[in-house]
Amino acid sequence: MKRVYVNEKWCLGCHLCEYNCAFANSGETDMAKALRGKVIHPRLHIEGQGEIHYAVSCRHCTDPLCVKSCISGALSIQDGTVKIDHDKCVGCLTCVLVCPYGAVAPGPDGAATKCELCLENACGAPACAAGCPNNAIVYEEREEASA
Amino acid sequence: MPGINYFYPEFEVVRNDARCIRCQVCARQCANEVHSYDPERDLMLSDESKCVNCQRCVSLCPTRALKIVKSDCRLRENANWEGDTIREVYKQALSGGVLLSSMGNPKNYPVYWDKILINASQVTNPSIDPLREPMETRVFLGKKPEKLERDENGNLKCELTPQLELSMPVMFSAMSYGSISYNAHESLARASKELGIYYNTGEGGLHEDFYVYGPNTIVQVASGRFGVHRDYMEAGAAVEIKMGQGAKPGIGGHLPGTKVGPDVSRTRMIPEGSDAISPAPHHDIYSIEDLRQLVYSIKEATGHKKPVIVKVAAVHNIAAIASGIARSGADIIAIDGFRGGTGAAPTRIRDSVGIPIELALAAVDQRLRDEGIRGNVSLVVGGSIRSSADVVKAIALGADACYIATAALLALGCHLCRTCQTGNCNWGIATQKPELVKRLNPDLGYKRLVNLMTAWNHEIKELMGGMGINSIEALRGNRLMLRGVGLTDAELRILGISHAGE
Ligand code: SF4
Ligand code: SF4
Ligand code: SF4
Ligand code: SF4
Repeated sequence: MKRVYVNEKWCLGCHLCEYNCAFANSGETDMAKALRGKVIHPRLHIEGQGEIHYAVSCRHCTDPLCVKSCISGALSIQDGTVKIDHDKCVGCLTCVLVCPYGAVAPGPDGAATKCELCLENACGAPACAAGCPNNAIVYEEREEASA
Repeated sequence: MPGINYFYPEFEVVRNDARCIRCQVCARQCANEVHSYDPERDLMLSDESKCVNCQRCVSLCPTRALKIVKSDCRLRENANWEGDTIREVYKQALSGGVLLSSMGNPKNYPVYWDKILINASQVTNPSIDPLREPMETRVFLGKKPEKLERDENGNLKCELTPQLELSMPVMFSAMSYGSISYNAHESLARASKELGIYYNTGEGGLHEDFYVYGPNTIVQVASGRFGVHRDYMEAGAAVEIKMGQGAKPGIGGHLPGTKVGPDVSRTRMIPEGSDAISPAPHHDIYSIEDLRQLVYSIKEATGHKKPVIVKVAAVHNIAAIASGIARSGADIIAIDGFRGGTGAAPTRIRDSVGIPIELALAAVDQRLRDEGIRGNVSLVVGGSIRSSADVVKAIALGADACYIATAALLALGCHLCRTCQTGNCNWGIATQKPELVKRLNPDLGYKRLVNLMTAWNHEIKELMGGMGINSIEALRGNRLMLRGVGLTDAELRILGISHAGE
């Protein structure tokens, strides 16, 4: 399955991916309209210190702790992608607590949000990877087993 | 210096506030610290006095909110004292120093390539469709035999002196590790390997990681002899003796100590942080005979297995100089025109020394032919070859191949802001700062170089096909394929071409 991978060596810490993510999931067609004057809630985050940066995003684990621990059944695996049903989420944020990667975050209305690989929005493929200027985050098939 | 600052910023940063989402990508990406965010007013600010118009922020702004424009605050019009001329006087009055610049001569001298037109076949001779018929753009650089020779059994003697084989008549010219970054070098090396051409180490030695690209590397020996040792010479496919550079004929090089970090220091074999100064002349070369000694020393040292290139800047009596070099035992002469790029050169030298490559090439090719020694050497020309059309014109004027550098850097993201000398290249090319070098991912960079060269090769074939020529060898020196427009009799005579309509 194609996944989002991070090439930390090439990450510039420009944070473009966060904005591309927020835009992709905004439902708007104009980035300025979607994001200007708003606090963004991207589904991935750039972490780092000094000159080292890297994106942290959902690994779409094969045995995900978030899905196991969700008390309302809002999280599920569909075709290998870990998805969240916004209407079922009760905002207990257990998933935020248990995700070892810190890839789930509270959204603007209190419900949890997480990366769904942009398969549910108009992009159809990860906007973070498509917009990265330096191939520091890529969406590709790799031969490695996931967690 | 205390006193009044005479300078008004050259550029303006124009930000369309309706589009700006305050992502601060511009602020993070501008190494010149032009942009900043003021949280109190929720505003992006710009200090345009630091802007060099490299367009990094423009390219990365996700909403296209930015543009950089030339400031229209100007001094009173004066056709003699132009704004730039006055500013240069101000600069020197402030610094007391030599003006430094980078990249090629930007002045408004004639570009002869743009005054030369290429022929095409009509009616009486068929053109060739390169998509349907084979087209040969491969060239071999090196000394060519004067005549066919046979041994006692009547078999052809096929032993040639060492040759460089190029899949197309273009190579990446000398750019040293130090003047450009590790990632820029890696991009050039990988692209050369994939394309079947060569890149050139410049005078900065060869980084240990790039020895694997040796078969596609031309190693340079310059007056400073930086990084020259046995393994280096053996690693390359050819050795180039650098006598001069088009951007700064007659002077040496200077890499400031700030760019000499641990890696550059090891590669150049000089102490960390020390200025790398290459002298103007080679102190062992004061004549063609001396050059010949160095050519043969290098041939001896490399077992006569590698062609030796002698690179010179195009200067007034280039034809006579080339004639001497062609008799020195060199296999290839590389001539660099006055528009050639550089990582740093004194402005006055860059802008007013040397001659255009078009005239130098035509003069040299003609002189070597007249003297019957054209086959002694191959000719490679550089100094602002900007497109495949320039390549085709150069070949028709008599070159065997072209050297490109500026075009290659453009492919890697260079926006020709011409501030390489500051070491703050926002595109990760002309810098040694790790956080900036990182911005050029060679996985992407080398691919762009491959794309550019592949595109040029297609175009070269198209242009050749149009002329009814199916082999680049048949184009070389075929000046009948060229016509001049708007050129004087003297220019036409030197170029050896007729005027359009003739
Ligand atoms: S867009 Fe790419 S380079 Fe920029 S922060 Fe995100 S992963 Fe890093
Ligand atoms: S794949 Fe889409 S939703 Fe997931 S982090 Fe990237 S941009 Fe955000
Ligand atoms: S990169 Fe563009 S949108 Fe982002 S802060 Fe700068 S000007 Fe505004
Ligand atoms: S120096 Fe380059 S990145 Fe900085 S503001 Fe000017 S154009 Fe933008």
